[in-house]
Amino acid sequence: MNPDQPDLTLPLDGLHRSLGARMVSFAGYAMPIQYTDGIIAEHQWTRSHAGLFDVSHMGQLTLAANADAALEALLPGDITALAEGALRYSLLLNDQGGIRDDLIVTRRADDLHVVVNGATKAADLAHFRAAGLDVRHHDDLALLAVQGPAAVTALDQLVPGVAALRFLRAAAFAWDGIDLWISRSGYTGEDGFEVSLPAAGAEAFARTLLAHPEVKPVGLGARDSLRLEAGLPLYGHDLTPETTPIEAGLAFAVSKRRRTEGGFPGAARILAELAEGPVRRRVGLAIDGRQPVREGAAVIVDDVVAGLVTSGGFGPALGSPIAMAYVPTAAATAGTRLQVEVRGRRLDATVVPMPFFPKSYVREGTRA
Amino acid sequence: MTLYFTTDHEWVAVDGSVDGADQPATGTVGVTDYAQGQLGDVVFVEVPAAGTTVTKGAAAAVVESVKAASEVYSPVSGAVTEANAALEAEPALVNTDPEGRGWFFKLTLTQPDELAGLMDKAAYKTFVASL
Repeated sequence: MNPDQPDLTLPLDGLHRSLGARMVSFAGYAMPIQYTDGIIAEHQWTRSHAGLFDVSHMGQLTLAANADAALEALLPGDITALAEGALRYSLLLNDQGGIRDDLIVTRRADDLHVVVNGATKAADLAHFRAAGLDVRHHDDLALLAVQGPAAVTALDQLVPGVAALRFLRAAAFAWDGIDLWISRSGYTGEDGFEVSLPAAGAEAFARTLLAHPEVKPVGLGARDSLRLEAGLPLYGHDLTPETTPIEAGLAFAVSKRRRTEGGFPGAARILAELAEGPVRRRVGLAIDGRQPVREGAAVIVDDVVAGLVTSGGFGPALGSPIAMAYVPTAAATAGTRLQVEVRGRRLDATVVPMPFFPKSYVREGTRA
Repeated sequence: MTLYFTTDHEWVAVDGSVDGADQPATGTVGVTDYAQGQLGDVVFVEVPAAGTTVTKGAAAAVVESVKAASEVYSPVSGAVTEANAALEAEPALVNTDPEGRGWFFKLTLTQPDELAGLMDKAAYKTFVASL
């Protein structure tokens, strides 16, 4: 972000400060990194109860319902076949097949709702418009996430009916005269929901949720450690314009029809990587000992620098350091022993399957 | 024993002569309660081994919180005589008892006159209140 530009404030800025949040600059906004309990306690609370996250810095965009085919020219997902009320995770690609952003597209009755990363939303808007898409940016909307095993009961008390939603499904609801668009989704690996609502009503809604004994506010710090344990990549770190969906382990985001038809940016390279395998892959690393490794640390295979850590930290629910890294495909098999260099010392590590911590999604076909 | 503080939120507790008499001054170094609050949950501490030479104002230790690694600067120059082994098994001592059992290392001061540039407890308290 531009350091000369003062941080923008989120709709819930006052609430965060009244709850004792420590505010930091992130994606151009003043955002809560943690509240009074601290990152580890907030992380564990989300894994055992429910955390409320303010992610209003993310970009909420809409496109016309019939813009689906035009949108497909920018990403590898099947949007035309997306059912009403269904979410699809996808990737904005550049002509080399590199990732410009990751996003969620939801088909609604009258439009396509697109949620993009906060730090990339301005560039995404310009990219959509350059492609001739008529896109609206809804900066008058807030976005809240309620995540954890107690999220469903807490939210269903306020908004009866949300418990019937399944993972990656969404619908319109209302609370106290406020329109809500709620999806069963999130970025923690836990069951949970994301609620899009008018900024003006967000504080009252958040305070009512926080009055539930199982719900506590959780900051960006725990959001990052939760997503890391869940093996979910972070744009700008684990995903960049230089990484492809196949290298990133996101082949599922290249929909079946698009694999046959192509017609998305970088299709030649991506389809070749699907067929023959990429030269490098995003992997999970379990680090021996207790010392965390951080983004940028060199990964050493057979005494040679062979890759880089793209996210790293301490997994509070695991009680040990974990990381994501890109390594040559030959070293990407689970069980491979390698080393990570931290401040001149080499720490032993093992390639492990992700997620590091099991996901608890409530998928289609599961009973309430 | 006299306590001194830096503007980087380290403390050093000094014993012995600071004016060049027979007994060399020794010190124990750690971070303040304010520092641990800023660092957040500490999950790993890298402390200098006995025998290491540290220089005033230079990085001497590294504190890893869940989120990030932060350098800790030595408040004075000297030779490390002991690292706090308890931090290996229980790094959270830095959070729970920063000015006690969460100490980082002990050293023999080689430039005791450096202490003149540090704050006493009252001055540090005023400094923190101004932040």
